[in-house]
Amino acid sequence: MSKNNEIDKVSGVETTGHTWDGIKELNNPAPRWWLIVFYITVIWSIGYWVVYPAWPTLSGDGERGGTQGTMGWTQYDQLKEQQAEIRARKSAYLERFENASFAEIRSDEELYAFAVAGGAAAFKDNCATCHGTGGAGSAGYPNLNDDDWLWGGDVESIHETIRVGIRSPHEETRLSEMPPFGDMLSGEEIADVADHVLALSGRAEDSEAGAQVFADNCASCHGDNGLGDSALGAPNLADAIWFYGSEKGDIMSQVRKPKHGVMPTWEARLDANTIRQLAIYVHSLGGGEE
Amino acid sequence: MTNLAEKPNYNDDIVKLFTIATVFWGVVGFAVGVFIALQMAFPALNFGEYLTFGRLRPVHTSAVIFAFGGNALFATSYFVVQRTCRTRLWGDGWAKFTFWGYQAFIVMAALGYVLGVTQAKEYAEPEWYADLWLTFVWVAYLIVFLMTLKNRNEPHIYVANWFYLAFIVTVAVLHLGNNISIPISLTEAKSYSLWGGVQSALIQWWYGHNAVGFFLTAGFLGIMYYFVPKRAGRPVYSYRLSILHFWSLIFIYIWAGPHHLHYTALPDWAQTLGMTFSIMLWMPSWGGMINGMMTLSGAWNKLREDPVLRFMIVSLAFYGMSTFEGPLMSIKSVNALSHYTDWTIGHVHSGALGWVAFISFGALYYLVPVLWKKKELYSLRLVNLHLWIATIGIVLYIAAMWVSGIMQGLMWRSYDSMGFLEYSFVETVMAMHPFYLIRAFGGLLFLSGALIMVYNFVKTIRGDNVPSVEEDDTQGAEAAHA
Repeated sequence: MSKNNEIDKVSGVETTGHTWDGIKELNNPAPRWWLIVFYITVIWSIGYWVVYPAWPTLSGDGERGGTQGTMGWTQYDQLKEQQAEIRARKSAYLERFENASFAEIRSDEELYAFAVAGGAAAFKDNCATCHGTGGAGSAGYPNLNDDDWLWGGDVESIHETIRVGIRSPHEETRLSEMPPFGDMLSGEEIADVADHVLALSGRAEDSEAGAQVFADNCASCHGDNGLGDSALGAPNLADAIWFYGSEKGDIMSQVRKPKHGVMPTWEARLDANTIRQLAIYVHSLGGGEE
Repeated sequence: MTNLAEKPNYNDDIVKLFTIATVFWGVVGFAVGVFIALQMAFPALNFGEYLTFGRLRPVHTSAVIFAFGGNALFATSYFVVQRTCRTRLWGDGWAKFTFWGYQAFIVMAALGYVLGVTQAKEYAEPEWYADLWLTFVWVAYLIVFLMTLKNRNEPHIYVANWFYLAFIVTVAVLHLGNNISIPISLTEAKSYSLWGGVQSALIQWWYGHNAVGFFLTAGFLGIMYYFVPKRAGRPVYSYRLSILHFWSLIFIYIWAGPHHLHYTALPDWAQTLGMTFSIMLWMPSWGGMINGMMTLSGAWNKLREDPVLRFMIVSLAFYGMSTFEGPLMSIKSVNALSHYTDWTIGHVHSGALGWVAFISFGALYYLVPVLWKKKELYSLRLVNLHLWIATIGIVLYIAAMWVSGIMQGLMWRSYDSMGFLEYSFVETVMAMHPFYLIRAFGGLLFLSGALIMVYNFVKTIRGDNVPSVEEDDTQGAEAAHA
C-alpha cells in the first residue's frame, strides 16, 4: 500500500486506497484485545489437547484410535463414576430392603420411605402412561387409588400382578376370559341381565328374568350377589366403580362381546427390587388392602 | 481511483425476483414456525398425517434457512457482486435458471416433507432427487458468481465477495458430502446413505454445523460487509481485521461440528477437537461483529435517525451474543446440561431471528427502494415499528427457551437423596407448557413485524407517497444514503 493513501477525515485514519461502489476500508489494526483473547483460546485448547484425548493416531494405537491425554479421562469412566455415585445413595438402603419382607418394610419408617420414593419414580416412567400420573386410571385402565381390586389389593397380590401381568406372555400370567355371551344369549336376555346388574347397585328396577340369566351364566365367576372374586379376576358388579362404562348400553356390550385389557409383565423389564417398590407404592396410594 | 459516474447496466431484474422470493418465503417460514410452536403447546393441533409437527418442522426450518435465507443470499450476492466489481452479472439466462431452479428445489423439498419423504438428516431432509437438482442449481450459481468476479472492473475483490464465495463453495462441498446416497430405484423417492452409524452422525453434523457456519454466518457476513458501510456511509473499520477474521473463521469453523455429538458413540478425541475448535472460533466470529459495529464510529448519530441501520446494528448485537453462546454450549460440561433441551432451540433462534433475519431485513429495506427506483421507503416509522415488535418477539422467544431449556435439563438430571430420578419425562413436558405459550407469542410478534414490512414494501413499490428516482439520475437512490 502506498504511503499517500487517502486519510479519512472523521477518524484521521488512513484508508487502504481502494473504493468499491463508494465503500472504502480503513487501515486500522485488528483490536489488540481481540488478538489476545484469540491467542488465549488457542493456548487453552492446546493445553486441553495435552490433558484430554484429542488427536487421532495414524497407527490406530491408543484408546479408541486417538491420543489418551495425561489424565486418562474417558467419557465411559465419567459415566461409571456418576452412576456409582447414584448407586451409592441407593445402596445405603438397598441391602436392607432386599432382605426385608413386605411387613418389615412397612413397619420400618426409613425403608418404607425408600420404597415409596423408588416406586413413585418407577411408576411415573412405566405405569403412568395407562394408569395416569396420579394412578387415577381411565376407561379400561383401572383406578389404583380406590379400594376396588380386580386381582386383589394386598401388597403380595399387587406385587404378583405387576410381576406377571394380565393376559401377558408370562407363563404365570393372570388370566381371565369372560366369554362372549352374544353367541349364547338372546338380545332380550342380555337386556334383562343388564337391568339385573344395574339393580345390584340400586340403579334400576330388578328384572326377574335377568336375575335368572345372571344366576345361570354369571354367578359362577361374579358370585351370587355380583360381588366378584379377585382370585378369578372377576370384577365386583355391585359397587359404583365401572371398568368399561356404567350405562346399560355399556354393560350390554360388555356382556355381548367383552373387552379384555392387557397389562404387560414387568418381570423382564424391571428388576425385582423395583417391582417390590412399585407394589408398595401402589398399595400406598389409598386403597391398599391388608 | 475509480470513476463512480460510469455505471454499468446492472442486472437488477434478477435481484428483484430473489428479493420478492425472500419476502414471500420469509412470511411462509415464520407462519409455519408460529403454527408448530402452537402445536408444541397444544398437541391437538396436529391434524391428519400431513400436518403433524414431525412433517411441518422441516418445512419451517427449510423455509426459513434455505428459502428465506437462501433467497436473501442470492438477492444480495447478485446485487453486491455487480456493484463491487462494477460489471453486469454474468449470464442472464444462467442467473434466471438459478432463480427458478432454486424455487423448484424449495417446492420439491417442502412437498416431500409433507408427504413423508425424508432422509431423516436434520437440515438435509430432501431426498436424492431434490439433492441432485439442487446440485445443478448450485453449480450454476457458482459459475455465475465466479464469472462475474472474473469480469470485474475493480483491481481487488471486495471482502463481501470473499464471504459470499466461501459460502457458495463450502455449501457445495457440504451438500455433496452429506447427501451421497443410493436410491433404491430411479422411480422411487427413497434412498440409502453411503454413511452408516457413527460415521453418518459425524458427517451429518459436519454438514449441519457448517450449514450454520457457512450458510448462516459467512453468507450473511457478506451481506453485512456491503450494506452496513453503505448505509452508514462510513468506511469499513479495519481491512486487516477483515482478513484475519475471514481466514480464521473459514479455517476453524469446519472442525467444530463434533460438538453436536458430545457424550455419544463418537470417540473422545473427536469430541475434544469439536469442542476446542468451537472455543477457538469465538474471536474469529466476533471479528465480524467488531468490524460491523466499529464501522459506525464517527456516525453513531445515524442510529438515532435511521431505523434501517438500527436493524443492522441490532443484528450484529444478536450475532455477537449467539456466537458467544455457541462456544459456551460446546463446552462438554455445559453441553451435558443444555444438549437435547430447549436451550438449543433458543440458541438457534437468537442466531436465526436476531442475526440472520435482522441483517436480511436491513438489507431488504435498503434494496427495495433502490431496485424499484424510489427515493426512499414508504415509511421509516413502520420500519421502526417492525424493529421493536420483532425485537420484543425475539427476546420473549429466547428468554422463554433459556428458562425452559435449563429447567428441562435440570429436571432430567435431578436425583433425590435416595438415588431415584426425581422427575419423569412427562412431568418435564408439563413444566414447559407456559414457556411454549410465551415462545409462540414471541413468534407471533416476529411474524407480525414481517407483515408490517410486507405492507411497507407494497406501498413503496406501488409508489404511494414515494417519489421516483429520475431516469437520468445515474447515482440513483444508492447514492442518497452514501
